[in-house]
Amino acid sequence: MPKDDGIGAATTRREDVRFLTGKGRYTDDINVNGQAHVYFLRSQVAHGRIVSLDSADAQAIDGVIRIFTGEDFAGVGGLPCGWCVTDRFGQPMQEPPHPVLAQGKVRHVGDPVAAVVAETLDIAREAAELIDLEIEELPAVVDMEAALEDGAPKVHDELSSNLCYDWGFIEDNREAVDAAIAGAHHVTTLELTNNRLVANAMEPRAAVGDYNSATDEHTLYTTSQNPHVIRLLMGAFVLGIPEHKLRVVAPDVGGGFGSKIYHYAEEAFCTFAAKAINRAVKWTAERTESFITDAHGRDHVTRIDLALDENGKFQAIRTNTLANMGAYLSTFAPCVPTYLHGTLMAGNYTTPLIYVNVRAVFSNTVPVDAYRGAGRPEATFQIERVIDKAAREMGICPVELRRRNFVGKDQFPYATPVALQYDTGDYEATMDKLEDIADTAGFAARKAESARCGKLRGLGIACYIEACGIAPSALVGALGARAGLYESCTVRVNATGSVSVFTGCHSHGQGHETTFPQVVADLLGIDADNVAIMHGDTGTTPMGMGTYGSRSIAVGGSAIVRAVEKVLAKAKTIAAHLMEAAEADVEFADGAFTVAGTDKSVAWGDVCLAAYVPHNYPIDQIEPGLEETAFYDPANFTFPAGAYACEVEVDPDTGEVGICSFAAADDFGTIINPMIVDGQVHGGLAQGIGQALLEHAIYDENGQLLSGNFMDYAVPRADDLPSFVVDHSCQTPCTHNPLGVKGCGEAGAIGSPPAVVNAVIDALQGGGFDVDHIDMPLTSCAVWSAMNESRAGDGQ
Amino acid sequence: MIGFELKQPKSLQDATNALAEGGVLCGGGQTLLAAMKLGLNSPESVISLGRVDELKGIRTDDSGRLCIGAMTTHADVAESAGAYPALAGLADRIGDPAVRNRGTIGGSLANNDPAACYPAAVLASRAEVVTGSRVIPADDFFVGLFETALDDDEIITEVRFPIPEAASYQKFLQPASRFALVGVFVARFADGVRVAVTGAADEGVHRWGAAEEALSGDFSPSALDGLSVSPDGLIADLHATPAYRANLVRVLTSRAVAAC
Repeated sequence: MPKDDGIGAATTRREDVRFLTGKGRYTDDINVNGQAHVYFLRSQVAHGRIVSLDSADAQAIDGVIRIFTGEDFAGVGGLPCGWCVTDRFGQPMQEPPHPVLAQGKVRHVGDPVAAVVAETLDIAREAAELIDLEIEELPAVVDMEAALEDGAPKVHDELSSNLCYDWGFIEDNREAVDAAIAGAHHVTTLELTNNRLVANAMEPRAAVGDYNSATDEHTLYTTSQNPHVIRLLMGAFVLGIPEHKLRVVAPDVGGGFGSKIYHYAEEAFCTFAAKAINRAVKWTAERTESFITDAHGRDHVTRIDLALDENGKFQAIRTNTLANMGAYLSTFAPCVPTYLHGTLMAGNYTTPLIYVNVRAVFSNTVPVDAYRGAGRPEATFQIERVIDKAAREMGICPVELRRRNFVGKDQFPYATPVALQYDTGDYEATMDKLEDIADTAGFAARKAESARCGKLRGLGIACYIEACGIAPSALVGALGARAGLYESCTVRVNATGSVSVFTGCHSHGQGHETTFPQVVADLLGIDADNVAIMHGDTGTTPMGMGTYGSRSIAVGGSAIVRAVEKVLAKAKTIAAHLMEAAEADVEFADGAFTVAGTDKSVAWGDVCLAAYVPHNYPIDQIEPGLEETAFYDPANFTFPAGAYACEVEVDPDTGEVGICSFAAADDFGTIINPMIVDGQVHGGLAQGIGQALLEHAIYDENGQLLSGNFMDYAVPRADDLPSFVVDHSCQTPCTHNPLGVKGCGEAGAIGSPPAVVNAVIDALQGGGFDVDHIDMPLTSCAVWSAMNESRAGDGQ
Repeated sequence: MIGFELKQPKSLQDATNALAEGGVLCGGGQTLLAAMKLGLNSPESVISLGRVDELKGIRTDDSGRLCIGAMTTHADVAESAGAYPALAGLADRIGDPAVRNRGTIGGSLANNDPAACYPAAVLASRAEVVTGSRVIPADDFFVGLFETALDDDEIITEVRFPIPEAASYQKFLQPASRFALVGVFVARFADGVRVAVTGAADEGVHRWGAAEEALSGDFSPSALDGLSVSPDGLIADLHATPAYRANLVRVLTSRAVAAC
């Protein structure tokens, strides 16, 4: 009988009690006795040479402790990049240094030049204004095409150009793909951008560096999605602090969406400065600072060609993308447009030939890295947009065209031409489910009703597949990752039977403190209330790689299962001893050990107590205690997939887009907590719809971020969104992890942008406007302008 | 935010005296405080009018005009200006509840943000802006971008709105700030129609004379057929082109007339 708090139960989130009552403990809530505060003086120009920096007046202010500049960091490493991409000529990418504080040049607005450490933040800020900084402004590199032209100003003088890499995937397929497209029955081409986004986590980044001179131990409290990764990167590559002298704590974290994966300069600074002044040093970003220092997302410019035969079967895909890296390589930036993007270009379809070219470009903008979906939204957007255009050009229903090309459910495991092996899926089933929950059959009637009200109604469909649960360490290592990507878990069974689980994952909105106990409760037959989750502290949790890429339940959850299995194996030995039975005859179910065919039984709690009070104990076979650790390295990625439908109304007078309905049919494999999965999908859809309609980080030609605050950067509000219809009843469990789970955190943000854009284009086409594409975000002005140009083109 | 001295006078006279000593006036603080947080404005002293009770409240004068005290919040106008529904509706759609509970009509008018809502109502309604020393007709009050006819030592005390026969305010939201990307206030009086446009022009709130003329002769949306708005002088920014704003002025005016 399924437990009411085990796998599949929609239990409420236990962490919400503290979050909703103000009892959360975020980095900014942490205050260390005697702490000082740091204010960073940041470049206000996008590109320039530091001519002089005089801080004498600032240093003289009462309460200023010390002012740091790039020179203070000459003896330590720069911020490292965690992934090395090899280009299509076999050469490693160009990898410039990334100093903690600028040395010689500034390369984006927000680049830190000096850091004032003072008794109070007000004093630090006031002193920073007195620093006499002279910067010789240089021409800014903003546009990617221009950045690659001969003679363009170079972001990094020591590199040969602004090209980070020119990547071909799979390079050996290049000519075959070109030939297939050249000889195809029909080719649909689309040029598009994937708009630059700011993650805008509700909690700004923060860091507190602490140092104990008596023990030479450092502690860093930071807003991180992966404290172990920060400890490794900062300790080994930047500051030279060994792990046993460095503890990194990521307490409650108010959202990350990718932006808190990376190792940032402020973390290294606070850790370094705490030792230098022998006092704790604290920094909390202002919101304006977040806009110009948190890694941005997306920012691709792409041309995609889709070749089809006369029946609409996909023959080949070729895509050429420019990907903006920004001014420096953020921790995982190089892998986003390559291995998280190129490998997904098969989508849900059987396209036999695919070639992906990506040129990554340095520019005088904030570094760009993974943002919810990371590469997969960029791939999905291209595929699903070009399919819609092809369907229209060939006169085939968009749903039908997709169905003709789906990987069939009998074709799994399916090897794509871009290096992935999809283990399982049933795309027809999710599309059937979508057509049901979105009532696509009733669309024509709704469209007619909208028309009666003077509105243009459109229906947009998009499918997606994503590679989650990153990843087999050996595979990603071969592709350039400089880290393993396993996950870890220690299950500590306490003497009276309660369980403390120490995970290498980190929860910053995902609800791990609720979901993970459900798994343990299900496996051990105990109440979930008797299970606690510990995470976020390298001092207590085993080395793990953290939370991103929808990996926590698939990889971290699997590590929990493996650790619990080890616990149960040992517990059986103890139980066999207590029941004077052969271990092979001991069974475990519903929280009790029994011996088959007898009435012998010993409860879970009694076995646990025996492990810690080993008076009657098989001490000659096993040690006392009941605590096991497991590391899980997956055999493959997981492949969540789904189909989304969006209905919009466009106001023909103003171009305003209103979303009438949005339906999502997802296949996430096994579901642990359906309510939390609903919430994850809702959040992803909100961010995807935000990208499609509202959000845009816009730079001017001088490299100034024009939409650098919430007065100009539009994040979706509740009234911008409809009530979502979400279904995850189509389940093809993952075949290679013990729970059959796939991950759900990014799906909504991946599948929704093309669904929205497809719907708007459908509405305009239905209204007689010959508009094939509008770049995101589809603001009212952008939609109206496209309609207006279409009218002008018709001579109306 | 840098530290500053906060002065909280309890009477108009005390506020006037405080202002003579220097400092900036603060109504509800919805613009000033944000500017101070961003370091765009760093006054040494801030004179809050929040405790000057004589500047709060809504009354009807002998001429039937709706007179609103300068320190009356948007929420109070939304709640209590039922005699002028278009104005109450405008107040009810400014910002969000937090803004409406703090922001004031006097603060909004003195700031004269080119995308604020109240200036359109004041201009279209032929309202008068009353200060401690004089009465300023709406047509003279709004001078340009963030500029008004107010002298540095002048404090708005009240705004007097004649109530039109019919009126409507149509606001198209800038999606991030939710200020008016364009807002149009149409007011029909016995002796003519006035159309005021906010959000659209570099110069700030202004009247659309051609539409007023057409609508004064025939108060129907079709009266606007054939009229167009020149994009010259209209705002170009991240959110809209001048051509788009010109289109919105026409569309929103038409909708306002239809809603009257």
